[in-house]
Amino acid sequence: MTNANFEPVIIGFTCNWCSYRAADMAGTARMKYAPNVRLIRLMCSGRLDPTFIFKALSGGADGVLISGCHPGDCHYIDQNYKALRRFHLTRRVLIQMGMEPGRLKLLWASASEGAIFAAEINKFVEEIRQLGPLNWKIPGELTDIPTQKSQVEVPA
Amino acid sequence: MTERIGVYVCHCGTNIAGVVNVAEVSEWAGKELAQNGVVISRDYKFMCSSLGQELIQKDIQEMGLTRVVVAACSPHLHEATFRTACKNAGLNPYLCELVSIREQDSWVHTDKEAATYKAKAIISGGVARVAHHESLEPLRVPIHPDTLVVGGGIAGIQAALEIADAGFHVYLVEREPSIGGHMAQFDKTFPTLDCSACILTPKMVQVGNHPNITLLTWSEVTKVEGYVGSFAVTINKKARFVNTDLCTGCGICWEKCPKKVLDEVFEAGLGNRKAVYTPFPQAVPKYPVIDAPNCTFFIKGTCKACEKFCPPGAIDFNQKDEQITIPVGNIILATGYDLFDVKRIPQYGYGRLENVFTSLEFERLSNAAGPTSGNIVLRDGKTVPKTVAIVHCVGSRDQNYNPYCSAICCMQSLKFAHLVHERTGAEVYNFYIDIRTPSKGYEEFYNRLLEEGTNFVRGKVAEVSNVARVPAEEGKLVIQVEDTLIGRQRRIPVDMVILSAGLQSRQDSKEVAKLFGISCSADNWFIERHPKLDPVATMTDGIYIAGCVQGPKDIPASVVQGAAAAARVLGKIQQKEISLEPVRASINEEQCSGCRICNDLCPFNAILFHEDKVVSEVNPALCQGCGTCVAACPAGAISGTGFSNDQILSQITGVLLLRVNEPGFVQQ
Repeated sequence: MTNANFEPVIIGFTCNWCSYRAADMAGTARMKYAPNVRLIRLMCSGRLDPTFIFKALSGGADGVLISGCHPGDCHYIDQNYKALRRFHLTRRVLIQMGMEPGRLKLLWASASEGAIFAAEINKFVEEIRQLGPLNWKIPGELTDIPTQKSQVEVPA
Repeated sequence: MTERIGVYVCHCGTNIAGVVNVAEVSEWAGKELAQNGVVISRDYKFMCSSLGQELIQKDIQEMGLTRVVVAACSPHLHEATFRTACKNAGLNPYLCELVSIREQDSWVHTDKEAATYKAKAIISGGVARVAHHESLEPLRVPIHPDTLVVGGGIAGIQAALEIADAGFHVYLVEREPSIGGHMAQFDKTFPTLDCSACILTPKMVQVGNHPNITLLTWSEVTKVEGYVGSFAVTINKKARFVNTDLCTGCGICWEKCPKKVLDEVFEAGLGNRKAVYTPFPQAVPKYPVIDAPNCTFFIKGTCKACEKFCPPGAIDFNQKDEQITIPVGNIILATGYDLFDVKRIPQYGYGRLENVFTSLEFERLSNAAGPTSGNIVLRDGKTVPKTVAIVHCVGSRDQNYNPYCSAICCMQSLKFAHLVHERTGAEVYNFYIDIRTPSKGYEEFYNRLLEEGTNFVRGKVAEVSNVARVPAEEGKLVIQVEDTLIGRQRRIPVDMVILSAGLQSRQDSKEVAKLFGISCSADNWFIERHPKLDPVATMTDGIYIAGCVQGPKDIPASVVQGAAAAARVLGKIQQKEISLEPVRASINEEQCSGCRICNDLCPFNAILFHEDKVVSEVNPALCQGCGTCVAACPAGAISGTGFSNDQILSQITGVLLLRVNEPGFVQQ
């Protein structure tokens, strides 16, 4: 598969309350985004077991999106912070395993942010398109991967 | 594969079929997913119609389906419909899975081929997932018959009265010393010009006297725990420094109080009140409060004039804030709105040019019970204006401030124009972008204003200044505006300017939303469950919204919503019990290692640890089903119904089925 006709497949995990609703809202408002993402609904981003990410990547996904309520807005008080922790942890594990950390994205989207949700998906699809198909290298072979903590920080 | 799965692909008219090739998807699912247990796959124009549902039910009964996958709209819309359909055909409702090929596919993609491909992928995920569904029974919890209404404006008053009249108890919490809300500040109401107080105060009195209403004014909700049917709400009753058991509301205390305080709230800064006060004469309850930060006794330690003169001895300077916790089954939020701060538009001169007024100031000015006894005069308190400008859409329909229409300002401005005209005979100019009068009797009111001779200038006011260019502008306020109907810039000198400020969400709406566990829109209005079909419920069961807290609206609409929210609550109370989604975590004692990692993760303290057995256990009554503990358990001892590891991992494999079959795909 060459990069030219490469269509990435992205698995997106959304929480039931904010980000799945943002997806619903994007739909109701007919906001267009790239068809490369397949969403899986969880009750909370805190339900995200890092195993799901590895399962998705090992099963054929090129990128994984985690999406939840904004910090402070969690339906379950503060469980999205647990997702935030796991996101950072998993990104580091990805690096250690020889995968680009950019294949994992965290997106906070409230129920009213359909437009942001759609725009961020488009952005992520393009980022993954740039990275190309998941090509799991032997650890150590991977060059040009950021390893400094500051370089793998998430956007606010 | 032991499960017999039916796949039902909905056209939703052309909503789905216009983009997704539903026939192809259905055929593909029947053929390619047969190995995953699919025994029948059908497409139909409207699956949610009774005919569509019958189709599914017939298959369940005749083909012995054990699982159903419906590929249609969002589960938030029709999951209940198809679950009920399954139940009616004798299949456990939780053995049904919805795949959103409308909101997540046909409505957001334009490439038909890609959308069809995606539909297949996500249906494959649904099929893989549904095989791991379990038969579940909804959790039945009793509903506490009492209701909490937060906010004592007209929406909250209406809601409280409806429920109380139906025979159930209501706690009405209001932050200010009296109920009444913004409506109590108004003089007249559009379009009928009813006296606002005359129609509101009887309702306020009814609330105050109602045996089924516990009125908690000067109080705020500080904590909300629990869930629908059994919330525990903690309310802070701020110290009134008045013993309400003794107080008769005679008013001697505020007569004798020597301290005058500018009333920024009720009189909008136009009038004074005392340090011990009720906001207005018809206040309910009649008991005053002592405004401690402004009270001479609290500042200097001497005075106590109110205490000396109070006939029943009701003043109590030692009163402390009191926390009470009440059990309620449902909550209605009717916390209202804030007025747009017109100082944010400096070119309109509010605060700098003294005869520029806000709409709320004008309401007080025109109110017979207000600081000028209803005389419409300039800031000097005596000069009657000869020309008055009313500026519409201040802070509304403006990308720099609030993009939305505040819904009430046109009619409010027309009302102002009428009142000015009627009471002063002044020349009135209304500056508008568009006149919006979409309600019963509103357009007629507009026509009446046109006949009365009010001048309407179509154009957004650029500036209000006091800089005269010609002698006629000397000593006047000058409105600079482009009259877009004649295509010319105009300068209109006036004596008084009224800024018809828009409505915006309460300053603390985000915190309030968080307190009650509901969501805000981008403009911080509370989000309803469905914008059209469920405008009073929220996504959180048992929490309802009414009035302007949901978005700008006028009095009739607020009353309607208050009553509607009450009807929803009454319906719930009458059911006595409510079904909750059986999405709960449980711990397999055999597998639990007793590491206690889960214990601290639970925000609801639903996980208890048995010291004797060295295992943890989930209390299903407290568990809300977020699944964080399930994800965190290193021993994999916790399972979450509805979202088990098996379900999600299979769904991941399912949605990637097409991918791994793609030519050239290399398994990593």
